[in-house]
Amino acid sequence: MKKNGFVSRLFLVIMFLFLYAPIFVLIVFSFNDSKSNAVWGGFTLDWYLELFQNRTVLDALQTTLLVSILATVIATIAGTAAALGFSSMRRRARTACLTVNNIPLTNADIITGVSMMLLFVFAGQVLADLSAWLNELSVVESANLWFDFEFKLGFVTLLIAHITFDIPYVILSVLPKIRQLDPNLAEAALDLGATPMTAFRKVVLPELMPGIINGALIAFTMSIDDFVISYFTAGSQVSTLSMVVYSMVRRRVSPEINALSTLMFVAVLALLIIINLRQARQEAARARDRRIAGRS
Amino acid sequence: MRSKGIAIPYVVWMAIFVVVPLILVVVYAFTNRSGGFTLENFASMSQYASVFGRSFLLAFVATVVCILLGYPMAYFLARERGRLRQMATMLIMLPMWMNFLLRTYSWVFLLERNGFFNTLLETIGLPKLDIIDTQGAVVLGMVYNFLPFMVLPIFSVIEKMDHRLIEAAQDLGANSAEVFRRVIFPLSLPGVLSGVTMVFIPSVSTFVISRLLGGGKSLLLGDLIEMQFLGSAYNPHLGSAISLVMMVIVLVSMGIMNRFGEGEGEAVVL
Amino acid sequence: MKKTLALIMSLTIMAGLLSGCVSTRESDSTDTDGSGAEATGGVVNVYNWGEYIDESVLTDFEEATGIKVNYQMYDSNETMYSKVAAGGAEYDVVIPSDYMIARMIEEDMLEPLNFDNIPNFADIDPNLLNPAYDPENLYSVPYMWGLLGVIYNKTMVDEADLGSWDLMWNEKYADDILMFDNSRDAIGIGLKMLGYSYNTTDENQIKEAVDLLVEQKPLVQAYVMDEVFGKMEGGNAAVGTYYYGDYLTMVENNPDLGFYIPEEGTNTYVDAMCILKGAKNKENAEAFINYMCSTEAGLKNCEEIWYSTPLMSVREELDPEVANDPYAYPDEEIMAKCESYAGLPQNILDLYDSEWTRLKSAT
Repeated sequence: MKKNGFVSRLFLVIMFLFLYAPIFVLIVFSFNDSKSNAVWGGFTLDWYLELFQNRTVLDALQTTLLVSILATVIATIAGTAAALGFSSMRRRARTACLTVNNIPLTNADIITGVSMMLLFVFAGQVLADLSAWLNELSVVESANLWFDFEFKLGFVTLLIAHITFDIPYVILSVLPKIRQLDPNLAEAALDLGATPMTAFRKVVLPELMPGIINGALIAFTMSIDDFVISYFTAGSQVSTLSMVVYSMVRRRVSPEINALSTLMFVAVLALLIIINLRQARQEAARARDRRIAGRS
Repeated sequence: MRSKGIAIPYVVWMAIFVVVPLILVVVYAFTNRSGGFTLENFASMSQYASVFGRSFLLAFVATVVCILLGYPMAYFLARERGRLRQMATMLIMLPMWMNFLLRTYSWVFLLERNGFFNTLLETIGLPKLDIIDTQGAVVLGMVYNFLPFMVLPIFSVIEKMDHRLIEAAQDLGANSAEVFRRVIFPLSLPGVLSGVTMVFIPSVSTFVISRLLGGGKSLLLGDLIEMQFLGSAYNPHLGSAISLVMMVIVLVSMGIMNRFGEGEGEAVVL
Repeated sequence: MKKTLALIMSLTIMAGLLSGCVSTRESDSTDTDGSGAEATGGVVNVYNWGEYIDESVLTDFEEATGIKVNYQMYDSNETMYSKVAAGGAEYDVVIPSDYMIARMIEEDMLEPLNFDNIPNFADIDPNLLNPAYDPENLYSVPYMWGLLGVIYNKTMVDEADLGSWDLMWNEKYADDILMFDNSRDAIGIGLKMLGYSYNTTDENQIKEAVDLLVEQKPLVQAYVMDEVFGKMEGGNAAVGTYYYGDYLTMVENNPDLGFYIPEEGTNTYVDAMCILKGAKNKENAEAFINYMCSTEAGLKNCEEIWYSTPLMSVREELDPEVANDPYAYPDEEIMAKCESYAGLPQNILDLYDSEWTRLKSAT
């Protein structure tokens, strides 16, 4: 392929401006000493102070991070296991499983959210009916027991929903790596006296690692970015950051939101830089190894 | 090593949290408030034809714009050498990490009547733009939010393309336009198809973008469904029926598209 | 082996998710509270309108009682109703408006209050007791009340056009009009324009009102609830309609705004605190309601949101200018023009929902 000329470069610059300029404007106005979203009234850090006194936002931030991290970890482990399981299934079973696995991916978020809300509410009703029924029983009554099963929307349902839409991404990014796996490798390890567990840990897992990390990354991105599914499944007890921002944006546009955007952006940027530095260092190390190898 | 058993927990999980919920949607769609069987929810559907029409139209426009902007972007990025290309995925994903709502809010902030853009335009003596609370603003919001979903799959397909094919075409005398038309574009089609799915579906079902940028005037399918579940017209049965119809239309059209594109469309995810 | 382990693991997780418990009857002596003993004393879940409290009151309440407040907000009565009706949510105190209280009583969604736990109820203005929506005053304690009116930007609207609801249909202000984003208020404005009652059960009158709203739709910039604050304060729209208390908040940030009561008449409403049926923390909820009725909390809230207070002691403490504001505490002449929303029968509620969807999906 040809290298990019001036026009294609310009196009890329414009596109990245389109993606980033709105964010930069938000960032600049987070330091604006006026409630206006258009007129510059001097520099201030007040919005950051106010943000940190806003306990709704802080609670939501905690919930969001907790849900995203937990869901990512669980989904990564479960997804990798499921992918391994799928790949050793017979063809027809595997196709069936993968079709179901694809449902949360291809379905609109709102349908996933709404349908899970129906499930959770339904489960709550069933359990309430069940405990009422149990309490009516004469055996139970004579044993002096009191059943009070309940199931409400809350952190747990939120987490379940996140895990459910995260796992398919992990599976889809691990499966290709499993297909590329050389089956002889694991067998060789077994022949050389490794236990199945060691063979898995030392031989198979490192081969799958890029896929697993990629899957975890996508899962985390999806979790932290999600609004619609959380909105339907979080109930009354917890709110994610997206939900709080939604209610804030609908009510009154406060520069606190700009401050929040800035902090999010800086955090993400820092993460990106760390990842890139690590990559660069690894590359440098590899290049050095090659040089050493070439010299000898 | 061969242990399909470790997939069992997830299969159970899928059955409970993916299949059963969808069955519940179907059950709700065919029942009324008192729990009896009814087809009324579907009978009243014609009344919402305009909402269906508008949603599919706006999502279609947004998808086309995403292809027109996203394809060249992915293509040029894949042609870059060195650092930019390595960082491309990260650069495109970075705004996505900044939270969907905040990104949409940034456009409310910019486009409001007396917002940033209009103040800017006013100071340099240009007329104001009346974009906020129109369908145009809704499409803009969709494109801005979902463009990464178009760029990433196309980029990853082009990037992984076998360069020897291109060289072979060049050796056989094809000029660069022909190389693109006959080699690169056909090979990148799976990326485009998966991009289309990933842009169209969230666009057709969004309610946040239309509410924040459309002023509650251009009701979309997402708004209609949300209204029936947690919004201002409570009727989960009708909401389920609308969801079901939307789901079927989307699945059928995606199926046709993938058949048309000779399958394998779902092979590319990011 | 691994298989069984995984199965057991997933089953334990499932079981752990059910936060339910089995207990012996003796440990649960209270009749209203079926939950484990550790649940009491802890929390109260409050679901209130957005922008409808001085949030420091919540902290004060927590410090005074040791009860943690779990506070969430909604933007319309209908949204609140959906969320509660959908189930799965856990709220104790909700603060609906009059007509919604009537509906929730009708549908058996509210718990009768124990007024022994709410001594501050004595401070409520006697005019607001035993209202039509709760005739025996069993379920509700008024929180705030007020009037609905038209808010306009003096720099954008000609004075000659003021006075009636028809300002919101005036083509001169096309694309600068903000309309209510909930069925009862929006259709209500249509009904008043036509000279009908808010509480009509004549289906044709309601459809006529919605036709009028469909006609208005091309002129509307946006359908809003609390978005009206930002839009009117920022001068992004010329005309809107909202509550007088909110107008007072807006005018603080944008002195160009004005307010009037349309000549066709308008809505007067009461938002009152209620406890949901089966609330887990009923006593805490009553403590919360009682606290909200204290002079201290009432004054803070009133000075934050500027709605009309039902608490007599608070009104005495207010700045006389505010306490004698003719729109905040209207005289009989103004009140004669006002009508409050009453509960509607189910078939009319269904009609409201479907007509509302018709308006919103119109092009």
